[in-house]
Amino acid sequence: MDFIESLFSDPAAYRLLTIVILSIFLGVEVIGRVPSVLHTPLMSGANAIHGVVIIGAIIVMGQAPPDDYLALILGFLAVILGTLNVVGGFVVTDRMLEMFSKKKNNK
Amino acid sequence: NIFLNICYLIGSVTFILGLKMLSHPDSARKGNKVAAFGMGLAIAATIFLYKDDHGYRLGNYGWIFAGLAIGTVLGTLAAKKVQMTAMPEMVSLFNGMGGACAMLISVIEYHHTENPPTGMLLVIVLGMIIGTVSFAGSIIAWGKLNGKIKDKVIPGAQVVNFVLWGVLLVSAVAVIGGFSQEPWLFYTILAVAAVYGVLFVMPIGGADMPVVISLLNSFTGVAAAFGGFLYNNPVMLTGGILVGSAGTILTMLMCKAMNRSLKNVLVGAFGGTKAGRPSAAG
Repeated sequence: MDFIESLFSDPAAYRLLTIVILSIFLGVEVIGRVPSVLHTPLMSGANAIHGVVIIGAIIVMGQAPPDDYLALILGFLAVILGTLNVVGGFVVTDRMLEMFSKKKNNK
Repeated sequence: NIFLNICYLIGSVTFILGLKMLSHPDSARKGNKVAAFGMGLAIAATIFLYKDDHGYRLGNYGWIFAGLAIGTVLGTLAAKKVQMTAMPEMVSLFNGMGGACAMLISVIEYHHTENPPTGMLLVIVLGMIIGTVSFAGSIIAWGKLNGKIKDKVIPGAQVVNFVLWGVLLVSAVAVIGGFSQEPWLFYTILAVAAVYGVLFVMPIGGADMPVVISLLNSFTGVAAAFGGFLYNNPVMLTGGILVGSAGTILTMLMCKAMNRSLKNVLVGAFGGTKAGRPSAAG
């Protein structure tokens, strides 16, 4: 229970908790009225945004001791996978939307 | 660290703006670019400006840049070459990569820290479970969409799932509560989460895959947010939670567009492959 208490007593933890709660509401509001044609591109764009996990991979990689091969190899793999998520995600979304705007212009 | 924090703040704002613009037809393409810009800024700032609690900068630059280069080349090639019709499965694959990334971060952090406090263990274990489920599930969803994996109703799936949940809960409590410091228990959790991810997606019909991918997408968002807790990193937290909540709403909207309830999709018994069902993939 110490942990739950610290969420409210520790300033840093409390700040993070506040960000979490506010972000939940923001996420709901921000995409509230998306037309159904944009469902898949929006999913793909959101997919690219959670690629922000790459930052964790970079930190873990950058802090790995040079003789800790397990951390180095797994961290390296994590950086590659995270980059794939980010770069691939944004490029695929752009291609989807490119197709979408072409369709609209032809009409 | 002032500049780092400014960059992270800009990153968070671009994610919000990006999602907002992505949900309107006229601004969608620009919104994607705005979010991509913010992501690039956050990544570059982390590489060059990040300092740990003791004021040390990051090392292993060679590894970091090599990983970034390989990921960028592979990701761009894969995304440029994919057929228009195969895009949802590509999204699923990229989503799986993100889940795997979160999983690996948790594994490394578990080995790094000696006698971590309960809060940190909680964040590490939950991040790993969600990341692993998302990874395994996304790979199955990808395989189903490209026809490599057929729909399969596993006999007694509910009993199996029940047992898996039990094992997951007991071992997670043992590890997080500090009752056991055995690494094998940690890896049991990882294995069970992977099996659960496979069983979760296996019985769901191919036509419902976009909904499942959207759901797994929001899972990965939550896994990324646990990374934000782990590193006390605001941009990971906002990005992850935004995708987690927006993704959940999007999943429900997609179900609504198909005239189905989420429960209906997930139970899977009705999720056949009947032709002509309006799919959300368009």
